[in-house]
Amino acid sequence: MQKAILKLETLACPSCMQKIENALKGLDGIEKGSVKVLFNSSKAKTAFDSERISIEEIEKAIEDLGYPVIKSTVKAA
Amino acid sequence: MQKVILSQKKLITLLSGIIIVIGYFSRFILGNVAVLKWALIIASVIGIAPIAIQAYQALKVKVVSIDVLVTIAVIGAFFIRNFEESAIVTFLFLFGHYLEQRTLNQTRSAIRELTEMAPESALVQTDSGEFEEVDIDEVDEGDILLVKTGDKVPVDGTVLSGNGYINEASITGESVPVTKSKDSSVYAGTILENGTIQVLADRVGEETTFGKIIELVEEAQDSKSEAERFIDKFSKYYTPAVLLLSFLVWLISQDIELAITTLVLGCPGALVIGVPVSNVAGIGNGARHGVLLKGSEVIHDFSRVDTIVFDKTGTLTVGNPSVALKVVYGKNPDEAVNYLASVEIESDHPLAKAILKETKAAKIYPVEETEVVKGGGIVARVDGHRVAVGNVALMDKEGIELSEKVKEDIQEAETSGNSLVLTAVDGDLRILMGIRDQVRPGVKQDLKKLKNLGVKNLVVLSGDNQGTVDVVASELGLTEAHGHMLPEDKSAHIEKLQKEGRIVGFVGDGVNDSPSLALADIGIAMGSGTDVAIETSDVVLMNSDFSRLPHALGLVKATANNMYQNIALAVGVVLVLLASVFFSDWMNMSIGMLVHESSILVVIFNGMRLLKYRLRGSRKRQEVKRVKTA
Repeated sequence: MQKAILKLETLACPSCMQKIENALKGLDGIEKGSVKVLFNSSKAKTAFDSERISIEEIEKAIEDLGYPVIKSTVKAA
Repeated sequence: MQKVILSQKKLITLLSGIIIVIGYFSRFILGNVAVLKWALIIASVIGIAPIAIQAYQALKVKVVSIDVLVTIAVIGAFFIRNFEESAIVTFLFLFGHYLEQRTLNQTRSAIRELTEMAPESALVQTDSGEFEEVDIDEVDEGDILLVKTGDKVPVDGTVLSGNGYINEASITGESVPVTKSKDSSVYAGTILENGTIQVLADRVGEETTFGKIIELVEEAQDSKSEAERFIDKFSKYYTPAVLLLSFLVWLISQDIELAITTLVLGCPGALVIGVPVSNVAGIGNGARHGVLLKGSEVIHDFSRVDTIVFDKTGTLTVGNPSVALKVVYGKNPDEAVNYLASVEIESDHPLAKAILKETKAAKIYPVEETEVVKGGGIVARVDGHRVAVGNVALMDKEGIELSEKVKEDIQEAETSGNSLVLTAVDGDLRILMGIRDQVRPGVKQDLKKLKNLGVKNLVVLSGDNQGTVDVVASELGLTEAHGHMLPEDKSAHIEKLQKEGRIVGFVGDGVNDSPSLALADIGIAMGSGTDVAIETSDVVLMNSDFSRLPHALGLVKATANNMYQNIALAVGVVLVLLASVFFSDWMNMSIGMLVHESSILVVIFNGMRLLKYRLRGSRKRQEVKRVKTA
């Protein structure tokens, strides 16, 4: 399991959080309980299985919703 | 294509605004109705594009977002050929969104300032011994780093060589620079104002004290209270419910106009954003003033505190006892003082330090035959004289007679809270000293402010003797004072207060009173931002400036009120809008959208007031400090 922290462009509506959260939870290889979207700091945090999904795929899922990812960091959990 | 449209939202907003203005211009100035109609159609189409895309994306992940409601409403308006409504509603929605984003950035500014203080790069020694600039993420523990004048210290570490002055305001809140030389500890995020040092990295990134503070504040601003979680859950079902409601309205009334108006008016608007903005602005204000609040639950509980318990030592007093009273008897007092100093210089008793500070100029004699009398003091031979230094019991034991005058002096010194040190030379009492710990300057006014803020009970629990504690208590106007307290007595007492139904805040230094910090409804750690304090407490006052406490309490009260105002406003707006669409005829989609977007801006502006919050009557000292840091 690895931990990813994605810094997003400023989130303005709380429903964005719900969208990002649901989108991440819908991906294969994401640990559902770990998904956390921080509204005020505009960050998404999640744990994922690097053998089933890559950080690039996670970034793409969020960007496809219309929220550019500014920076992402991955750490071993 | 989708991405292009979304990234050009600002441009689209501007464009649709201009087209609408052109339309109305030609209608009312030129009298051309056809141009207006086409202008409104074009504005609707380009305006709805980004909203519809977002709505589609939301539905794809099974979320009924506001975008969905608006998109359906606008398409409905278009369908019944009400282009005025469709154009204006989309424009207002987009423009409102733009303003929201702008103002939200404002409410978050205080915390952003803090995170921007985090170091970004470091000069790391490579294998060849040269220093090379690398990104902060690439620095590892054990690396040797070079820090030059004006640079931020990139890690928590130890100085290997060099020296300099470091401003540690980001960690301690204290902006007076601290000298650092070999073996000194340095902290990430502090600034080397002068000098050059080489540092061995002990902790990097999020493990550093500064990293922990940032993480705490970031987590805090997004932490949710019970009420917020309720609102979140509520809004998850709220939007689908509005969709259902408008569908029912359409089924019953067969009036599409009414149905889509319901859709727009029912948007949750300010409800979901009201609480987070108050939260982020309140926590941001705190962070700027050296008060770390761990989230909105803490804000809620802290604002209801009616009892504040202090661990006396180092909190209310300077923590550094000094001679408050000195009486000398008989001839040649200097000689007696010299003897006293000679005896005390060999002692490690806490009161000895205070005495030596007072007798700085004394001549020191060799001391012989020193005998420590347990629970009494010291007897020794100095310069051929028998010198006894200690309390009244020791004087009794030495058979020293105390005159009426001396007895009166002793009585007086004791009632004013002094610890007594008597000195006798060759059987005659020569010096009486009263030693007392001083109350911190300004503490009295600060305690008064706490009372004005609604704290009913101010309690001190201390390990000191009851007499000393009573003096401090009466001097400061505390409501309860207990001495001879062990750490476990303190937590037991807190439990007792809680059983009596009080909401207790405990102020301590976070080092030896963590059980009490954890047990109290709100644990407030005072002192530097040490790891223990950060972890076990709910509120951290970054330096030992007592005046932060009333500011913190005033701030959480203001923040809690601000949240209630925002919730009341948001709920009120939705109720009034829905009531007026069913029971009056002046309401339409555009007005509804305008009211909604304005109410969102109102709650954001209301939250922003917290950024400027300052307790009335705050001491000027703070002002001066902030200017210095700036």
